[in-house]
Amino acid sequence: MNTLHAEWIKLRSLRSTWYTVACLFVLGLGITGLSMSGAGTEYRGGTDADRAAWDPTSQSLKTFIVAQLIVGVLGILVVTSEFATGLMQTTLAATPQRHRLLAAKAIVATGVAAVAGQVLMFVSFFIGQALLAGQDVPYAHLGDPGVLKAVVGGGLYLSAIALLAVGLGAILRATAGALATLVGIVFLVPALAGLFPDWLQVIFDFWPTLGAAAIFGTVPDESFPHPWLNLGGLWLGVAAVLTAAFVVFRRRDV
Amino acid sequence: MTRIEVRGLTKRYGADVVVDDLSFSVEPGQVTGFLGPNGAGKSTTMKMIIGLAAPTRGTVTVGGRRYQDLAVPLTEVGALLDASAVHGARTAYDHLLALAVSNGLSRRRVDEVLVRTGLEGVAGRRAGGFSLGMRQRLGIAATLLGDPDVLIFDEPVNGLDPEGIRWIRDFMRSLAAEGRAVLVSSHLMSEMAQTADHLVVIGRGRLIADMGMAELMHANGDGTVLVRAGEPLAHHLTAAGGTVRDGLEGGLVVSGLSGEEIGKLAAYHGVALSELTPQRASLEDAFMELTKESVEYQGAAV
Repeated sequence: MNTLHAEWIKLRSLRSTWYTVACLFVLGLGITGLSMSGAGTEYRGGTDADRAAWDPTSQSLKTFIVAQLIVGVLGILVVTSEFATGLMQTTLAATPQRHRLLAAKAIVATGVAAVAGQVLMFVSFFIGQALLAGQDVPYAHLGDPGVLKAVVGGGLYLSAIALLAVGLGAILRATAGALATLVGIVFLVPALAGLFPDWLQVIFDFWPTLGAAAIFGTVPDESFPHPWLNLGGLWLGVAAVLTAAFVVFRRRDV
Repeated sequence: MTRIEVRGLTKRYGADVVVDDLSFSVEPGQVTGFLGPNGAGKSTTMKMIIGLAAPTRGTVTVGGRRYQDLAVPLTEVGALLDASAVHGARTAYDHLLALAVSNGLSRRRVDEVLVRTGLEGVAGRRAGGFSLGMRQRLGIAATLLGDPDVLIFDEPVNGLDPEGIRWIRDFMRSLAAEGRAVLVSSHLMSEMAQTADHLVVIGRGRLIADMGMAELMHANGDGTVLVRAGEPLAHHLTAAGGTVRDGLEGGLVVSGLSGEEIGKLAAYHGVALSELTPQRASLEDAFMELTKESVEYQGAAV
């Protein structure tokens, strides 16, 4: 508990933490506003098939694409800023139980990301639906089928990315390297997914931005009939990265 | 009392042996100087003492236990390896508070160490704006949080101005006087001469000398005292067992007697002394002599 409390003090005492959270909301909601502004025209100009696939919830949560990068930065910095400043030596001298320390960092960073991410998802949903209502196109209520699942699942999705980022930070120990790797995972690999061989395609069912993002939909998607399964797969993958992080963090000299 | 025991400590990085079968102890109540040229393995040894680096072979214990097994490490060992290792955007107070909380120490301890290191006025300022001297104080404040019996400082006076150097030096002395074991590394013999009671000298990771300061001076320095007196004193000194030869400008170079003995002798005979100086310059020579085989790169004589 002491370790956890100490890590919380460290995180909250940095302005950059709160700038990052502010950035999450400003950019996140800004993107929601942008993506909604053209939605009405899109709906009216669409074919019947387009209208059948019309998913106002998913539309309003599109902001996760940028939000995942921002919560990722938060998770990375919790670990790498200590390596960059050399503070890790002092921290580990005070808490030589390295597993406990990394666990505390993971909990604190993921906790902040989970709360901020979840709030962002709800606010984004409500603002998005209000903007759709204003354009007189079909919009969703929180009580509609699948909507709460998408919004809550979105929070869990963002938490998973923050936890992944903590693991990457611990493995790579440098902000630039960890951030580049995260961008590679959430943007680059999805963009190039088509180039990978068939036997590898199965992992994309659980990959961030790809299969794992099926959770944001409320209209049944035949390629991902059980979105919770896809999100669960993402969490398993994150757990694997985190396990590796715990192993190397314990073994390496600081 | 708590002591540090280093036994057969060895650290390899690939083919490089950075620390080679090193054994020594750091005793309570004194300042132990850890001396060696740059690259001798001092910092690596200190990292192994506090569990930041794993030894390839050998053991280090603090009070008989491995550092990793200390339940509340800050109450047993305070270590400052790098004063610049603070997050520049965090205030001094928050930096110390996080460390205190991690070991279950009270907020009151944070205030106390801020006062003891003279930082209470800048506690709310961000550490990034601190001068090197202030960061050094902040680092020392952190080591004192748990009121530990063992203190470890890596090159604490590097880059400080004379006032800062004096402050640190006096601080080390007072910590040892309180009965704590203090280990201080330096590559400057002159610095150690003014701070340390005991010296552990290493070169290329190997132990070169492990002896008391006085012992080292006797063994390697010439142990002489420069004396100037208004009246003849030489025959008294000779009679007391000293060896006297003439120095520069009417001074006497005395060996075989300590400064204290000479002073008492002069007082007994009613001779006023105008100078009584133990010759310490030779310490630097002693160090050069000890480590000349082991410095990493030597410049040719110009």
